[in-house]
Order: sequence, then structure tokens, then C-alpha cells
Amino acid sequence: MTIDPDPDLLLDARGVAKSFGAVRALTDASLSIARGEVVALLGANGAGKSTFVKILTGALKPDAGHVRIRGAETRVGSPAQARRSGLVPVYQEPSLVPDLDIADNLRLGGTDRDAFQHWMEALAHPDLTLDAVVRDLPLATLRIVDLARALAAKPDVLLLDELTAALPTDLVERVLKVARAQAEDGRGVIYISHRFSEIAALCDRATVLRDGRSVGEARIEPGVEERVVELMLGAKIDLGKRAAEIARPKPEGRPRLAVQGLAVAPKLKDASFTLHPGEVLGVVALEGQGQDELFEALAGFRQPAAGSIEVDGAPARFGHPADAIAAGLSFVPGDRAHALFRERSVRENIAMPFSARMRNWGPLRLRHEKARVAEAIARLQIDTRAQGEVQRLSGGNQQKVTIGRWLAHGVRTLLLFDPTRGIDVRTKRQIYPLVRDLADRGAAILYYTSELEEVPLACDRAIVMFNGRVVDIVEATEADEARLMRAAYGLTATEGAA
Amino acid sequence: MSDIHPETDDRVPPLLRVGRFLKDNPLIPLIGFLILLIGILEVMRPGILSPFWAGNMIKFAIPLAMLAAAQVLTMLTGGIDLSVGIVATSAAFVTATLTPLIGPFPAMAVAMAVGALVGLVNGFGAGIARVHPLIMTLGTGLIATGCLQVYQRFVIATGSDIPDILEWLGTGRTAGLPNGVFLFLPFAAFILWVMRFSGFGRLLFALGSNETAAKLSGVRAWQVLIALYVLSGLIAALTGLLYLGMIRAPSLSLAVPLVLPSVAAAVIGGTSIFGGRGSFAGAIVGALILRVIDTMLTLARMPEGARIALFGLIILAVTALYVRFTETR
Amino acid sequence: MSLVRKQAWVLGLLGLFVALLLITRLIQPNFGVNGLESLARASLPFAFATAAMAVAVIVGGIDLSVGSMMAVCSVTAAVLMESMGGVPAIAITLAIGTLMGLINGTLIVVTRVPDIVVTLAMLFVWQGTALLILPSPGGAASAWMRSAITGSFIIPGLPNALILVAVIVAAIWLPIRRSKLGLAIYATGSDETAAFRSGVATGHTKAMAYGLTGLFSAFGGLSLLALTGVGEPVPGPYLLAAVASVVLGGVILGGGVGGLLGPIIAVFILRIIRTILTLAGFDPNVTTIVEGTIMVGVVMFGAFLVQRSKRQAA
Repeated sequence: MTIDPDPDLLLDARGVAKSFGAVRALTDASLSIARGEVVALLGANGAGKSTFVKILTGALKPDAGHVRIRGAETRVGSPAQARRSGLVPVYQEPSLVPDLDIADNLRLGGTDRDAFQHWMEALAHPDLTLDAVVRDLPLATLRIVDLARALAAKPDVLLLDELTAALPTDLVERVLKVARAQAEDGRGVIYISHRFSEIAALCDRATVLRDGRSVGEARIEPGVEERVVELMLGAKIDLGKRAAEIARPKPEGRPRLAVQGLAVAPKLKDASFTLHPGEVLGVVALEGQGQDELFEALAGFRQPAAGSIEVDGAPARFGHPADAIAAGLSFVPGDRAHALFRERSVRENIAMPFSARMRNWGPLRLRHEKARVAEAIARLQIDTRAQGEVQRLSGGNQQKVTIGRWLAHGVRTLLLFDPTRGIDVRTKRQIYPLVRDLADRGAAILYYTSELEEVPLACDRAIVMFNGRVVDIVEATEADEARLMRAAYGLTATEGAA
Repeated sequence: MSDIHPETDDRVPPLLRVGRFLKDNPLIPLIGFLILLIGILEVMRPGILSPFWAGNMIKFAIPLAMLAAAQVLTMLTGGIDLSVGIVATSAAFVTATLTPLIGPFPAMAVAMAVGALVGLVNGFGAGIARVHPLIMTLGTGLIATGCLQVYQRFVIATGSDIPDILEWLGTGRTAGLPNGVFLFLPFAAFILWVMRFSGFGRLLFALGSNETAAKLSGVRAWQVLIALYVLSGLIAALTGLLYLGMIRAPSLSLAVPLVLPSVAAAVIGGTSIFGGRGSFAGAIVGALILRVIDTMLTLARMPEGARIALFGLIILAVTALYVRFTETR
Repeated sequence: MSLVRKQAWVLGLLGLFVALLLITRLIQPNFGVNGLESLARASLPFAFATAAMAVAVIVGGIDLSVGSMMAVCSVTAAVLMESMGGVPAIAITLAIGTLMGLINGTLIVVTRVPDIVVTLAMLFVWQGTALLILPSPGGAASAWMRSAITGSFIIPGLPNALILVAVIVAAIWLPIRRSKLGLAIYATGSDETAAFRSGVATGHTKAMAYGLTGLFSAFGGLSLLALTGVGEPVPGPYLLAAVASVVLGGVILGGGVGGLLGPIIAVFILRIIRTILTLAGFDPNVTTIVEGTIMVGVVMFGAFLVQRSKRQAA
């Protein structure tokens, strides 16, 4: 507390930590911005970026550490307060009220109209009428309105969180120019993006988060990508035997699942691949590249706009997850909250699919159920000390329950969406061999993971998705993380696909 | 064994731990509360406790507990059934007026069919149109009231008769216990069985706990909801038949005053109005508690208004406490 | 142009209302100023109940206790008018209505129990309160109050009751709608997160909106008293009618969209359907059934629209 704040530092966040119950989202995150600087905040999925952003902008209170803006400690209670202190965020998703027009949205936040109009002109949208209702406007325009509104507040520090993801190229350039101009005026900008090209063009410095910790900084200069990728990946933890090193015959014969030209609104544009029995096919993608839509369409939650799905050579249409389950496709979603009956027992959670069909509404077949559930619990080594309510289990055990459900039910095709997200190393190490074992017994497994190091551990091959398309197919033997990371960031010119 | 076990009991704050204990064993504090209330009653009016009084209390708690079963089942899915009052009334009225015309058993069958029909409409609204069940059942209740009034004008001349079996169930006593228990015990056993040992019951919990997860498990919610509200309508109609035997005077608002207490009994008994958690055993104790409170309010000459307001406050307080304890929603 | 588009639903409702008026005249050629006058008078409590409900729905909630609050206000005013002048009695009643609404809103914000559950419980609390104040219909209404809503002498040809609704609702709602509070109400109903991020105090806004619901309910209770001349402790079938009118009036269940004009026109539409059925010689009970069915149908349709728009957003 005795250290004098550097007068040139616009923002100085140090040692920020935050836990949600037992989950430590941030352990030691720091970020500083001097006048005239544009700093990139980088980190792989789940590194704690979004939590850090929420703390910086006052939506969350840190457990430890401090956030100072212009030397003054911010006691943030609400976004409105953070805004007054000089840090203005543009969030990942539009924060405009959908049923109001632009003028009312400006009034709501007390935004100066003339300043707003000025920035709309600078951002190549001079003609947008203020009585346009937000709901009717395209996403790209909303992002620009969000940005112009933030700029009109004359922020000391502007925080841009994945702003450009929804923008066409020409607008991205405009945005970068405006952000650069902010820095040249002696203000600061925090820039969060998955696109290296933009970071290289705009930022002075990059600071990298990994596992809730600030792990390093890098000046932006040619070749910095390698260094940043290295920082994001971090030191290797031994997670187990590489699947790729175990000899396995190439899959042949009729595929279990054949996807051709699949498009699903809003993000999946064109996905084609085949999945054979006995195979684990990895899916590698940054957030929001269409993988959510792909899995949800295969699980019967969304209807495809185009393309076809074939199961065992027969075309399939899933109007409801029940149809997908009947066709042998079982889905383990990324968010456990969507899969679990929190206040019900482990046994009920696992056994639920048994009762789903109307002909099974009668008496429960308790003995049959108990045996199947016990088998799944044993196979997954679920810690059942707190089995009365699933919500009292640890994250790893909860995840095992969502997988165990389909083990008990019988697995033909398993759709695993980021099954190791936010769970401990020990459980992870149990999940890879399990996945392999299921495949060896004839299951076909589609495995999306946000952690690239898992690909060689669990998968035979991996498809890489970028911008709604499958852009690359990588054999696990060649799937080192750097290559996957570059492909996922759209950095390599892709051979073969796309 | 496992190094990661974030919520073992030693790290849970005491208030939450008490909440959990009550959630896991709702019957223990409820029965304790019931005994406490009976004790207070004995202090208020020494000598009131007698086998006859107990039998009477049970007798009048039975229809309440039966309607509470309808509330428990619908609340498990996050719903509610406010049409049970008018359905029970209609069933009673139809039975009483049709018995002289077509005989007691066909009349009772028609009454049950009425309950099933209203339930079907409720199920359609809640399961397919996805209207909030509260609004939906309120609406069907209003329509049913209108229908009953129209029906009354057609049968006004036929007179009414109450089937002997219902009168026996409603007013008779066997060994000090009201005969209603002969209907109620199998009924309660059936409801408890449905909730604990049937696939359908499990789906009710699932829908209320997490509809997305239920969908993921292959559950088609509309099927479950339609069946549920039909069942609820049947329960209400059955209650109406019993109530007819108890009151022996069919009227157009016979069972309507039971709706609010039935909701209160379910909530007191530990059923969450948000779904996913509920206990019929608790609701039975809840019904008994309400009957004792009723007696106390009557003894204290509390006006009708105070009783209604108190029931409303009980529902709100229990629900707010539930939200506090569990920190969900 | 955009004004026409924005108000297309309201204009459509108005057209429907006029068409129904014409049908009424066809059935009953001597349906004239008198008929219109009694229609407007009978619609009065429904119109205020609907305005009250509309505000709660716009802020993203629902208030099931509107009918009970009306009953409390009706008996309060009836009791007060036995011992004091009409004007102070009315002022006190309006204050009590607003207070009840604020209590509802505060409970929703503080307990974090969903609106529908809190107001269901409060429905019974207020109903009990009304019965405590007046166990059976009684009290009295000032004579001038009764005559104020009868006839059509303020503007010849237009029923007083209609003018009364228009003036009261406009005088309260228009200034609020234009104010920062009105904007915050619509913003909170439309998207609570976005509103919060834009700096709206959403909890405060909700409580105020429910206060407004209470105020309109108080007017509803007063009009009930003026209509019957006695305080009525048991609420009529206002809840479902109000929800149906709100939905028909273009206010989307879920919040943020619509105004008060549409729902109030919808009230008159539902009422005139009743008049038509009565004039056509239907049994009043059959009329109730038809009316109930229409209302349930309207609400189902509204829920269906919400479901579809959700699916599109997903």
C-alpha cells in the first residue's frame, strides 16, 4: 500500500484473485496500461479472461488484489460506477436494450448525442438514424453502436472484448484505426481478440493469462506469435500416454456417422466429415467457430439449414434429442449445468434416460437400474460419498455423472463437448483412457476440446474448424499443439481442406 | 480418498447446513411443528384433545391432502393447478345431479371424465402452447365455472342424490377413524409410489429440476405435462366425490375455498414451487398443520380475512426462505 | 410512416373495435349513445385493472394481485367515505394502492422470488386484508362519484367513463413514459442485463413499476365502488381478463414492448363481445364461457408468439 502509483499508469490491476465456490477462476492476474498504450489480453479458453474483464469493469468484486484507475482504487459496485471512474467496456455481446431505439439507449446511459454521432461518422456509419430499434439492426451495426457509445463517454481506458468477431474486414480496419487514435491521444486501450493479425496491427504489448494467472508479457514484434503460443500453452503436465503412439488400424468400412455440407444457424456454415466405429475424432476450434452448432445439431437440439447427416449409411433427421438418442447419438454438453438435475441423486441422474420413453413410465426396473448404474459408477470411479445430490459433488465427479449416464444407457456414438473443461488433472487422466476404451469396444466418439494438448492424448484424428467451416484435418501423430493452435487461429494456409 | 471434494459438510456455512438438513428430512421438523401446535391448542382450550377431535381433524384434512397431492405433482414440474377447486366442485355437482338419472356409478364415472377433460385442456395449454400453468389453470377454472352454471340450469328440475358409498366414506367412522381413510390410504400409497417408484414420477422431478437436461436425456416434455395435468384433474375429481359425501350438499362453490390451503399445504410440506423438489408425505403433514391452525384461528375468533392473509404470508415466507437456503434462482 | 408502423397493432385493434360496434348496431339497431355509455361504464374497472397489469408486464413481470388490490381499495374508500369527504378518501385510497404495489415490488426485488410466485401469495394477503376491512359488501360511495361515471355530459356524445379512463391513464402514464423512469421500465423489461450494464438501477425501477401497478389498481377499486355504490371485498374475475387484454393489446409477456393504449382498447373489444353475445340472446353463463374461451385462446396465442420469437433468437 505504500508504493506510490505510477502517475503514467492509467490502469493498474495487481494480484487479482476470484473464486466461485470451489472453483478458482483467477489466482493472480495483473494488468497495467500506461498512457498511449494498446495492450492485448490473451489467454486460451478457460484461462480466466472473462472473469478478469468482469472484475476490471466492476461487474464482479475481486477476492484479493486491487484495481486502480488513474491511481485511485476503484470500489466497483456496478458497471455505471466503473464507467464514471474512466474505464468503459465494450462487452463481447451487445449490451444495448433490444426493444428500445438508439436514441433511448443513448439516453439510458447518459451518452452525449453529438459525440456519439461524431464517432459513428468516424466508424463509417454516418447515416444510422437514431430512431432505429436495436432489435431490427444487424449484429455488426450493433457492435459499432456499442463502440461509438463507449467512445462518446471519453474513456481513459477503453476495453474491447472480442469486438471484431462479428465485423466485416473493412469495419475491422476502421475499428483498429479508431483504437489506435485513442492511444495516440494519450488514452489506453485493452484489446481482447482471437485474431493475431489484428493484435499485430494494433497492440504494443500482449499480456498472457493461463489458468487464472498472468504468466508473461511480450512486446508485439514480428514472430511474436510463437512466443505467445508458448506462453498460452505453458509447461507440460504429464497427462498420460499419447493415444497416437499406440498402433491402431485405420478405420474402414461404413462410417457410423457421415456429415456432409452441414450448415446450422447462426455460426456453422459448412462441415463435412466421417466418423467410424472405434474412432475418436477430435474437433479443434476457438470459441464460437460453429462447433456448438455442430454438436447441437447432431444431438437434435437444433435443425440444420442445409447439408445431411447419415447414421450407419441411412439419412437421419433429428426433431428432438429423443430422435438422436434413438439413432444412438448421445450428447455430453460443455456446460454441466445443462446436463444435470442438480438436486437429484447420482443414481437418478444416471438412470434418467431409462424412463424417458412413454412405455417406460410405469414401475422402475430397480434391480436392472441399480446394476447398470453401479457398473457405470465403478467404471468411472465416481466418488459417491455425496451421492444424495449431484450438486454436492466436485466438478470432476459431476462431469463423470454426465458421461456415466450414457455408459449405463449404452454407447454407440458419443458426442463429447469439452468434457474436461474446468476439471482437475486427476479426473482428466481418467477420462482419456475411458474414451479410448469406449472406442476400442466399438463406439464412435466425436470429441471437442478447448485444450489442444488433449488431442494427441485422446484422439485418432482431429478436424480444425475456423469461421464456421472445417479448415483442416490433422492426424493425431502430427497433431502437435503449435500446429493445431496456428490452424485454429487461421494462421496457416490450409492444405487440402476449405 | 479423493483430493477434490469441494462441498463436504465441514466447509458449508451453518445456516446452509441447517437448510440442507431440513431439505433432506423435511418430515422431522414438520411433525415436530405439528405436535407443538397441538400442544398450544391444548393450552388454549384445555381438554380439547380427544380421539373424536383427532378423528375429525383427520377427516377434514383428507380432502385437503388429496388436493395438495395435485399441487405437489404439478409443482414438481414448476407448475401449479388452480383449477382443482372448480374441478372438484364440478365432479361433486355432476355426481349429485346425475345419480337420480343414471345411477351412482355411471354418474361418478362422468364426474371423473369431467376432471380428466379439464386436465387435458390444462395439459395442452401448459405442455404445447407453453402458457404458464398458473394462468392456464386459472382460465380453464373460469371456463369450467361458466359451464357448471349452464349445466345447473339444465338439471335444476331433476333434484340431487348422493351415492350411498360416498356418504359412507364421507361421514361414517370405523373404530374412531373416519371412513375417508379407506379411500385416502390407497390413494396416498399410489401417489407415493408414483413419485418414488415409477418412471413417470421420475420425469416430473426431472422436468422441474432442469428441463434442458431432461430434453437431453430424451424426455419429451409435452407428453409428460399432458399426462400430469390429466392426472391432476382426476385427483381433483376424486376429491370432489369424497367431499360431496362429507358435506352432503352440492353447491356451485363447494370445494373452491380449498384451493389456497392446498397450495399452502404443499409448500409447507417442503415442495418447491420452482420444481424439482417435493414430498407428498410432507404435504399430508402440511394439511394436518393447516387444519390445526384453522382450529386455533377459529378458537381465537380470527376473522376469515386474517386466515386468508396468513396463508398467503406462509406461502411467501416459506418460498423466500427456500430461495435463501438453497441460493438457486 | 414509422409512426403508423409502430402503432399498426393499436390501429388494427381500433378498427376491430369499430367493426364490432357496427355489428352491435346491426344486431340491435337502437344501440346508441346509451349503449355505448353503459359499455364504457362496465369496462371501467377492467380498463384500470388492465392498465395496472400492463405496467407490471412491461417491466418484465406480472402482478396476479391486481384484483385483490382493487378490492382493498374499493372497501377502504367505501369505509372512509362514511366518515369523511370524498376527496380526502380518494387521496388516501390512491396512496394505499401505491403503497401495496411498492410492497409487492420490493418483496420481488428483495426476496428474489419470481414475480408470479410473490404476487400469487400477495393476491391472498391483499384479499384477506380486504375481508378484514369489510367482511361483507358495505360502506358507501359519495353520490358525486357515482354520477361522475354516468352519462356523457362532459363532452356530449362521449361517455364520461371513457373520458375518465383516458384522462387518468394519460395524466399518469404519459409523463412517466417520457421520463427517465419510463425509459428504465422499458429497458428493464426488454433486457435486464443490458439495462443494468447501461447504468439502470433495475431493482429500483421494478419496485417503482409495481408501485404504479398499485396506483392503477387503486383507480380500479375506486371505479368499482363508483359503479356499485358499495365496497366489495371479494375481487371479481379481473385477473384473467387483465392478462388477456394485455396480451391482445400488444404487450408481450416477457416485457419491454407495448403501451397502455392497446390493452385498454382490447378491454373494450372483449367487453363489446360480451355485449354482442348478450344482445344476440345468449344465456349470460354461456357468454361467460365464450368470453373465457376467447381469453384463454388469446393468452395461448401470446405464449405461442413468445415461444416462436425465443426460438428465432436462439
